[in-house]
Amino acid sequence: MPNGRLKEQLDKCEHYQKLNAYLDKSESYQKFDAYKNKVLALGNDSLEKTIAVALSLCFVCAILVSFSAVVLRPLQIENKAMDMKKNILDVAGLLDEDTDIHQAFADQIEEKLVDIITGDYVEDMDAVGYDQRKAAKDPAQNITLDSNSDIASIKRKAKIAKVYLVKKGDTIQSIILPMHGYGLWSTMYGFLALEADGQTVKSINFYDQAETPGLGGEVVNPNWRALWQGKKVYDDAGEPVLKLVKGVVDTNRPGSEFQVDGLAGATLTSNGVSNLVKYWMSAEGFAPYLDKIRNDG
Amino acid sequence: MSAVLNSETKKVLTDPLVSNNPITLQVLGICSALAVTSQMSTSLIMAIALTSVTACSSAAISSIRNHIPGSIRIIVQMTIIASLVIVVDQILKAFAYEISKQLSVFVGLIITNCIVMGRAEAYAMKNPPMASFIDGIGNGLGYSLILIIIAFFRELLGSGKLLGIEIFPLVKDGGWYEPNGMMLLPPSAFFLIAFIIWVFRQWKPEQNEPADFKIMDISHGEGGHH
Repeated sequence: MPNGRLKEQLDKCEHYQKLNAYLDKSESYQKFDAYKNKVLALGNDSLEKTIAVALSLCFVCAILVSFSAVVLRPLQIENKAMDMKKNILDVAGLLDEDTDIHQAFADQIEEKLVDIITGDYVEDMDAVGYDQRKAAKDPAQNITLDSNSDIASIKRKAKIAKVYLVKKGDTIQSIILPMHGYGLWSTMYGFLALEADGQTVKSINFYDQAETPGLGGEVVNPNWRALWQGKKVYDDAGEPVLKLVKGVVDTNRPGSEFQVDGLAGATLTSNGVSNLVKYWMSAEGFAPYLDKIRNDG
Repeated sequence: MSAVLNSETKKVLTDPLVSNNPITLQVLGICSALAVTSQMSTSLIMAIALTSVTACSSAAISSIRNHIPGSIRIIVQMTIIASLVIVVDQILKAFAYEISKQLSVFVGLIITNCIVMGRAEAYAMKNPPMASFIDGIGNGLGYSLILIIIAFFRELLGSGKLLGIEIFPLVKDGGWYEPNGMMLLPPSAFFLIAFIIWVFRQWKPEQNEPADFKIMDISHGEGGHH
């Protein structure tokens, strides 16, 4: 019996002896010990034992689960932040296999906060620490949407959005806008990168989605994402008309610059992508901000 | 500790690999075997996760087996298994974030994996902790073996790679190999599992079940009994 040997070793340990001496004196431990022995001696099917076993099991499991969650939380947050930065660099076209993500992000990406209604920069808040997804859930920082304007099915949005700029000197190279909207199963979170004209698409990606793998999940497919490059968002009237169409876009037809191939076998996810792009590029989304950028030259 | 690898332990450890494999003989754990095997890396992580959960939950359940009330037996087992799965999920999110994103819900679904439940109920409730632990490892390895075989073929034939390293240069990159897209879809795992079951049963004919009923011989059956 390894138990016997373990006990021998423990008995020799000075701290264990002290602990035992302390516990022997403690009155509440004595009570606990007596109760424990009583319960263990009970028949397995007695009501008291059933409840005692259930409660102590819950207690032990709860400690195990919360301990692991709390201890690992910092690492997980670090991973999430890293993944977010990686996606932003990726959509900006700045990601190579051996890029040092933190370094590249710090050097090339500027984080800015934008008031979603006026389109002005918000300068009096800390952009780096701001979490738009958290703000969208906070009643003090969000706007509830009515069902007519809510084409992306997001129900509420943050008053302040976080955008990312890639600059060379003082001129903007690309504008990276966060977007999200409902697909078939999940809310898809992603970024759309535009050229400095606020009109031409550079790239798109989705960093958080749970659409059907192989069908709607193809929103992350690099080949499909490459189709977005060079597409235009707004028509002459300034309406956001970029959308996915069924089948393959014929590039010779007029208007094809406003169309991207839909995802085969994933009509609802494709509609979701069309809707969320339309929503976030409309006056409800980033249109006021993009207007200001264009006017400022 | 020299007694650990005696013949009984060895049998508990190696039996589930081929002769009593949880996937091919008992046909358990198919769901995740279809879902995560399009790549070797996700399969390996899933295999490690499932093996550790099966081993630890069996050991934990076995250590309190004499005090588990019959009326809440399954709930007690599920609570232990679910807690361990959450811990494994947290660890993956902390140390293998990319892979945990790909595995998505399937780590959480280990809770409902029939192999884990099956070992808890069939073995751990009747055997001491150390033996249950080894039984969990054995069955986890049996599951892992099949997962890795399937993932090997799916990744190699479906994307010309192994563990993300290119083996067959693809036509679209100027090579010669035209990948078989079906291998990336879950149904291909069905065909592969069926094929592996066939190979195992050719090799070990005692795995064949007796037929449920016998088809009556037509020449004698005509008219039936008098």
